[in-house]
Amino acid sequence: MSATVTIQEAILASTSTSTRLQKRRKRILVEKAIEQVLFLAALVSVLTTLGIVYILVKESYVFFQQVSIADFLTDRQWTPLFDDAHFGILVLLSGTITSSAVALAIAIPLGTVIAIYLSEFAPFRIREIAKPFLELLGGVPTIVYGFFALLFVTPILQWFYPELPGFNLLSAGIVMGIMIIPYVSSISEDAMRAVPMSLREGSYAMGATRFQTAVKVVVPAAFSGIASAYILGISRAVGETMILAVSAGMQPNLTFNPLEPAATITAYIVQVALGDLPHGSIGYQTIFAAGLTLLLFTLACNIAGHLLRKRFREAY
Amino acid sequence: MNAVLETLEKPAAAQKVLKAEARGLDFHYGAFHALKSIGMPIYEKHVTALIGPSGCGKSTYLRCFNRMHDLYPGNRYGGEIRLMPDNTNLLAPEVDPIEVRMRISMVFQKPNPFPKTIFENVAYGLRVRGERSRRVIAEKVEEALVGAAIWNEVKDRLNDLAFNLSGGQQQRICIARALATDPEILLFDEPTSALDPIATASIEELIHELKDRVTILIVTHNMQQAARVSDYTAYMYLGEMIEFGETDQIFLKPARKETEDYITGRFG
Amino acid sequence: MAYARDLDAVRKLIASHKRWDRAFAVVGMLSLMTGILAFTTLFVDMAIDGVPRLTADFFTSFPSRRASQAGILSAWVGTCLVMLVTAVVAVPLGVGAGVYLEEYAPRNWMTDIIEINISNLAGVPSIVYGLLALGLFVYQFGLGQSIAAAGLTLALLILPVVIVATREAIRAIPQSIREGAYALGATQWQTVKDHILPYSSAGILTGVIIGMARAIGETAPIITIGALTFIAFLPPSPVQATPPFISFEWLTSPFTVMPIQMFNWTSRPEAAFHANAAAAGFVLVLMTLAMNGLAIWLRYRLRRNIKW
Repeated sequence: MSATVTIQEAILASTSTSTRLQKRRKRILVEKAIEQVLFLAALVSVLTTLGIVYILVKESYVFFQQVSIADFLTDRQWTPLFDDAHFGILVLLSGTITSSAVALAIAIPLGTVIAIYLSEFAPFRIREIAKPFLELLGGVPTIVYGFFALLFVTPILQWFYPELPGFNLLSAGIVMGIMIIPYVSSISEDAMRAVPMSLREGSYAMGATRFQTAVKVVVPAAFSGIASAYILGISRAVGETMILAVSAGMQPNLTFNPLEPAATITAYIVQVALGDLPHGSIGYQTIFAAGLTLLLFTLACNIAGHLLRKRFREAY
Repeated sequence: MNAVLETLEKPAAAQKVLKAEARGLDFHYGAFHALKSIGMPIYEKHVTALIGPSGCGKSTYLRCFNRMHDLYPGNRYGGEIRLMPDNTNLLAPEVDPIEVRMRISMVFQKPNPFPKTIFENVAYGLRVRGERSRRVIAEKVEEALVGAAIWNEVKDRLNDLAFNLSGGQQQRICIARALATDPEILLFDEPTSALDPIATASIEELIHELKDRVTILIVTHNMQQAARVSDYTAYMYLGEMIEFGETDQIFLKPARKETEDYITGRFG
Repeated sequence: MAYARDLDAVRKLIASHKRWDRAFAVVGMLSLMTGILAFTTLFVDMAIDGVPRLTADFFTSFPSRRASQAGILSAWVGTCLVMLVTAVVAVPLGVGAGVYLEEYAPRNWMTDIIEINISNLAGVPSIVYGLLALGLFVYQFGLGQSIAAAGLTLALLILPVVIVATREAIRAIPQSIREGAYALGATQWQTVKDHILPYSSAGILTGVIIGMARAIGETAPIITIGALTFIAFLPPSPVQATPPFISFEWLTSPFTVMPIQMFNWTSRPEAAFHANAAAAGFVLVLMTLAMNGLAIWLRYRLRRNIKW
C-alpha cells in the first residue's frame, strides 16, 4: 500500500516541480522587465538634459555661423530684427544683472535675518506659523507677482519719485526679491538647524547671548549651506521671466540703472515667442543663443553650489 | 576593591574654604522631579566628584551650576546654590544666567570646539567679555593653553582649525577655552567618556594639576576615575544625594549601605 | 585677575550685549513681518481689484475685445486639459524614477549621472524648458503648438519635484519592513507594489500636489511654445457621443491657459482689462494657495500619524 502511494506522490511531485520551475522563470522575466521599465523612467532626466543641450547647441551653432562670438559678447547694441542687425548680448545681460542685483539686495539680507531669527530666536509657535507662510510666498505664480509689480508697486514708487517710468527694473527687482526670500531663508534655516546643539551649548556656557552665539558660532558652522542658499537665490533671480516681462518692459536697453526700463535675456525670449518669427530665421535662432547663455550661467551656479557643499562639508 | 585602594595616594586634604553650597536644591523637568532636596558643599581649590548610576541626576545637578537648564523650556529650579564669597544664590530668578556663566565655566562630554582656529576657540570667552587688546588676548590664550598642557603641541599652528585635532587634543582645547576666562568654578561633565584610555589618563593628570588654580566639580560614571582625581566625592541615586565625604572615606568606609553597594559593584 | 570680581563692569557689558540681542530679535521679527506683509498686500490687492469681476459669467465667457464681457472659459478649460496631460506624464515617470533610484539602482556611474541630472534640472530656468519644447516638441517631433506639447513640457519641468518627494517618502520606510516582506518570500516588485508604494503614497501625493501647484502657475514655457493669447474657442471635448466615446483630438488643438490669459489682460493699457487680470490672478492665487495648503496639511498629518 505504502509503495503505491509513494510512487503516486513521486509522479505528482515531479510534475509540480517543473511547473514550479516554469513559474519561477516567468516571474524572474517579469521582474527584470519591470526593473528595465523603471530604469527607463529614471533615464528620462538624462534624456531631458540631452534634449536641452542638443536643441540649444544646434540652433546656436547655426546662429554663431553668422554672428561671431566676439561680436556677440562685445557689441553694445541688440537689434536682431533690424536691417542693420546687432547682436550684443551685453545689452540683455545688463538688464538681467541690474534686476537680479536689486532682487538679491532684498532677498539675501532679509532671507538671512529671517533664517537666523527662526532658527535661534523664535519660539516654537512662531516658527510653526511662519514656515508654512513663507512657503506660500514662494508658491505664488510669477505672473501674479508681475501684475503686482506693474500695477501696485510701480504706482507707489512713482508717488515717491514721479519721474519713474511705468516700466522699470526697480519694481521688478523688488518683487523678485520678495519672491526669492523663501528660497534663501528656508535653505539657510535648514543649514543652521543642522548645527548640533553641543556647539551652541559650548558658546552659551561661555556667557554669550543668543545673538553672539548665532553670529559667531552657528552661522560660520552652517556656512556651506547658507552659501548654497545664496547661490540658489542668484540662479533663481537670473532665470526669472514673467515678473520682468510684465513690469520691466521688453525694450532692450544697455543700462545698469534700475530706474529705467530694460529687457532681460528671459524677457527677450518671451517677446520673440509672442511675435511671429519664422522657424529657421536668425531672429528665431537668437532666442536659442540667449537661452544657451542663460543655461551656462545657471549651470555654473549649480556647480559652484555643489563644490561649496562638498568642500566645506562640516563633519560633526 | 584592591584596585581602588591602590589608586588612593593623595595627601590629606589641605585647609578647606567653602566656595559654593547647594541647599535644598530641587529640580523639575516639566512634571518629572529630577533632583530632590540636594545639600552639599563645594570646597575651594579642591576637586569634588559626583558619582552614581545612569539617570541618577548627576549631570542635571551639574548643569544647575551654570544655569544651562534655562536654555530649554519647561524646567524649574527650587532651593538654592550659594556662591561665595558674595553669597549669591545662583538659582534666583533675578540673577542673570549670563553673569553666572561668566563666573563658572564648563567642559562638555563630547569635545565641542567651534568651527574656528585654535586661537579663536580659546579667545572666544575673552572676546565675549569685551576684551579687545590683542596683546592681552594673546597672553591669556597662551596661558590657558599652557594650563591645559597643550601649548607645546599647538603653539606653531594656532591658526589651524580646531576640528583637525584628535579627540583628546580637542578636549584640551575646550579645557583651555574654559580656563582662559579665569573661572571661579570649572565644571566637567564626564569629560573623558568619549576619549581613549591614553587621552583619558592625560586629562586626569591635567585635572590634578588644575585644582591648585581653580575649584573643580566633575561628573563621572567611572568610579575609578573619581577615586583617582577627586578630594571629595558625592554619591547620588535617583535624584537624591545619598552620601558626601572625603574620597578616601567614601571609598574605604562608606557610611551608607547604598553607597557601599554601588562602590562594590553590587549594582549600577 | 578674574574678570568676574569686577561685577559692576561685567554687568554693564552683559547689559550692552543684551541690548544687541533684543535689537536683533526686533529686526528679525520685522523682517518676518515684511515677508508676511508683502504676501498679504498682494492677496488683498488681487482681491480688491478682482473679486468684483468674479461673476458666473466670468467663468463661462470667452475673452472678448470688450473687457466687461470677457471671461476665462477657454483659459480654465485649457488649464484643466493641460494639467491632465501633465499629471498623466509626470506621475508615472516621476514615481517610477523615484522607486528605481531607491529600490533598484546599483551604486555605479550610471546612477550617479542620473542623480546629477535630476538635481541640475531642478535649477534650470523654466524658460529653457520652453525652448526645449519649442525646438524639439513643437518642430522636430511635430507636436505643434498644442496641449500635448504644453503638458509634456510642464511634466518635465515638475519631474524633479515628484522624484525628490517620492524618494524622501520611500526613504522614510524602515528597512525592517522590507526585510519582513522579503523574508516571507516576496519578490522585489511585490514588495514595492504591496508595501513600499502604499506606505509612501501620502508623501508622494504631497509632492505631486506641490508639483502641480507649480505647473498651474507656469507661464514662460507655455508662451514659448506659442500658446496663443486670444483664444475664443474650446478645444474639442475628450468625450464624445459617438463611438469610440473618447477622442484625442484635443491633444493637438491650440489652446490657452489661465496664466497666459492673465498676461494678455495685464499687457493691455485699458484699466478695465486690468480688473479682469486681477480677477484671473485672484483665482490663480486661490488655486495655488489651496493646493499648497493641502500639501502642507497632508505633510503635517503624515508626521503625526506615522510612527514606525
